[in-house]
Amino acid sequence: MKWDEFFVTGDPLIYGADVSIGLTVIGILFYLTYFKKWQWLWREWLTTVDHKKLGIMYIASAVLMLFRGGVDALLMRVQLATPDSKFLDAQHYNEIFTTHGTIMIIFMAMPFLIGLINVVIPLQIGARDVAFPYLNAVSFWTFFIGAMLFNISFVIGGSPSAGWTSYMPLAGNELSPGPGQNYYLLGLQIAGIGTLLTGINFLVTILKMRAPGMTLFKMPMFTWSALITMIIIVFAFPILTVALALMTFDRLFGAHFFTLQGAGMDMLWANLFWLWGHPEVYIVVLPAFGMFSEIISTFSRKVLFGYKAMVWAMVIIAGYSFLVWVHHFFTMGQGELVNSVFSITTMIIGIPTGIKIFNWLFTMYKGKISFTTPMLWSLGFIVNFVIGGVTGVMLAMAAADYQYHNTYFLVAHFHYVLIAGTVFSCFAGLIFWYPKMFGYKLNEAIGKWVFWVFNIGFNVCFIPQFILGLDGMPRRVYTYSAASGWGGLNMLSTVGGFLMGIAFLILAYNFYYSFRYSERENTGDSWGLGRTLEWATTSAVPPHYNFAVTPTVTAMDPLIQMKRDKQDVKPKIEDIKKIHMPDNSGVPFFMASFFFVAGFGLVFEWYWMGIVGLIGVFITLIIRSFDKNEGYYVSEEEIKETERLTV
Amino acid sequence: MANPQDSLSREHGGIPWKHVIGYILSIVLTALALWVTFETGFSTRTILIIIFIFAFLQAALQLLMFMHMTESSEKNNTLTGKTQTGNILFAAFIAIVIVAGSVWVMGAGHAKHDHHKMEMDHDMKMDGDMKMDHGDHK
Ligand code: HEM
Ligand SMILES: [Cu+2]
Repeated sequence: MKWDEFFVTGDPLIYGADVSIGLTVIGILFYLTYFKKWQWLWREWLTTVDHKKLGIMYIASAVLMLFRGGVDALLMRVQLATPDSKFLDAQHYNEIFTTHGTIMIIFMAMPFLIGLINVVIPLQIGARDVAFPYLNAVSFWTFFIGAMLFNISFVIGGSPSAGWTSYMPLAGNELSPGPGQNYYLLGLQIAGIGTLLTGINFLVTILKMRAPGMTLFKMPMFTWSALITMIIIVFAFPILTVALALMTFDRLFGAHFFTLQGAGMDMLWANLFWLWGHPEVYIVVLPAFGMFSEIISTFSRKVLFGYKAMVWAMVIIAGYSFLVWVHHFFTMGQGELVNSVFSITTMIIGIPTGIKIFNWLFTMYKGKISFTTPMLWSLGFIVNFVIGGVTGVMLAMAAADYQYHNTYFLVAHFHYVLIAGTVFSCFAGLIFWYPKMFGYKLNEAIGKWVFWVFNIGFNVCFIPQFILGLDGMPRRVYTYSAASGWGGLNMLSTVGGFLMGIAFLILAYNFYYSFRYSERENTGDSWGLGRTLEWATTSAVPPHYNFAVTPTVTAMDPLIQMKRDKQDVKPKIEDIKKIHMPDNSGVPFFMASFFFVAGFGLVFEWYWMGIVGLIGVFITLIIRSFDKNEGYYVSEEEIKETERLTV
Repeated sequence: MANPQDSLSREHGGIPWKHVIGYILSIVLTALALWVTFETGFSTRTILIIIFIFAFLQAALQLLMFMHMTESSEKNNTLTGKTQTGNILFAAFIAIVIVAGSVWVMGAGHAKHDHHKMEMDHDMKMDGDMKMDHGDHK
């Protein structure tokens, strides 16, 4: 690597990005210094182990990544709007669809959901925090550092360009020389550590830390969906870890796991990738289902219809999601027997999902529905997700898939699932639980604008792509000829894309507007319709210990039961006892920083730097291992004062 | 509310010997596998058999030393016991799906037609190449 190749040069777009990154960094540093915020940042955020704050940081990072991935998307849409466009060249286009796909799934969808899970689940099960608060901080910081490592690729060294699937041999050294693909391997590897730890942490939290009386079948649906998601994470992510490690060996150390020479098996990469990849689809959609269940039940003022059926559907999906992976490469050539088997397993897995749609419809049936923005997103989800599901069953037929495969039909399909499922749920959940995080609601009038503009834009963007796909337009092409006749629909699709971009800007404005003008909540039950424990806190934003007195659960939807019993959520003064809480720690932040050093070194094959970074990681591990800190107690006086209890 | 983290740290004070020994033995088994592959002159087949045995030994070792395999019988808490059993069964199921599924998928159809070529590759390359052509694209 020569030094003049270190920074990416030659493209005005990149120079623009360099300038804006530089200005943003200077702006942030100036703000922190001028307003003397450094200490505050360190004490309140960088060293926190509080699940609510970590959740907020996850969500903030995810919104940032949604912006980055969205800009990538719009750049591609501009290039594709007209035939023979010269806006982006082929290599640049390849880099952009690769970073767009990877960022949207790994660094936007997952952290957004994990962030909401972080904020809500401990509250929902009546716990003080997660089972391993320190580990939770390690999860966040390794995710964040992995994301940053991946993101700097476009200004330093060059972005990966082999697609988010990184198929071999394309992703090998011969066809993808340079550091780009290494960024993919190491960024995902580091972030994957965080995801795996989250899986373990929340599995234990949900199994072990529920409030007394909350049996498994009294758990709220979002908690159930999180539990199942964590099981899938714990079993699926090691496959990705191993596959990434093997490809890293191929690229850095000359091994031959997936290469064409040396009896490597290039197709084995695709096989392993999707063995993780299909469960991953459920990882990003089950929490979405959980959130919609909560929201639909809350705003229909009814118990969730078919609770047990929903739970069993998810339990089945946890195992079954590992049995369908081949549908992502029917055309690889494994023959008709294999394809037929996986065709059938895929169609069967649609059934539990279909059941859920009916459950939501019956939940609303004869309900007294409030059309709040979270509810609007949920309704939008039901309609649009059905389109995604139906086209999915079409793709599941192996013989037909030979026609749809790698066309815009597929692109439209998975955007219908990922946007209408995951992104809608993230918006819905964010708005729904926003008062829990910040103590005020997002403005509803502006929120409705966001919903309508986004929804219309979404459909205008992706409906034409179904038609383009059936008309034969392949995915991952950077341009097409005027003679193909695809120009008009592509232009329409681009218009839709920009409508979504505008909706995002209105949403960003809503964050600001609501911060300034929204009325501050003064009860824990901000929507007045809360059913589950997170709304049973005494203040809108719960104190760091969550509940002054651990609630006792007697029924499903415990808050509804408390309301029926006319029971006050305010704790009784004689029940207050001192509370044991974990101390903050700066070690996770440093550990992740050393991971960054190690990752960056390996990306450029500067092994001395990789070794230095890993030694740093080990030192932080050792520091933690010999740390005898057992946390501290919140005194009764402090609790009484926080809860405004007077003798 | 008791935090599992602190109950853990109180239960076993001192050096966690089980983990240390498990860790060292894992490293030794891995190093042995590498040594057998690179430094002995065995045929590919023999090497594969040996390193497979090492792999299974290591998996068993880790289950015993790190994964609390024996815990369910110690505790009479039935949920812990059930979770443990369910967990092991599910893990076995997933492992079988991954390994047997991959072998089936990679060996069927297209790949099968290429078998002839694959075998030639094996005969010609595997044995010779087992010593790894380091640095062929450095
Ligand atoms: C703002 C809305 C979005 C627009 C306009 C958009 C547009 C696009 C475009 C133009 C492509 C490239 C198609 C090609 O050349 O083959 C693409 C690919 C992709 N998108 Fe999006 N997208 C959006 C949101 C999302 C979201 C929210 C996700 C995931 C949660 C997502 C996941 C993906 C994936 C996985 C790919 C495939 C990348 C690859 O081929 O390697 N997109 N998108
Ligand atoms: Cu799939």
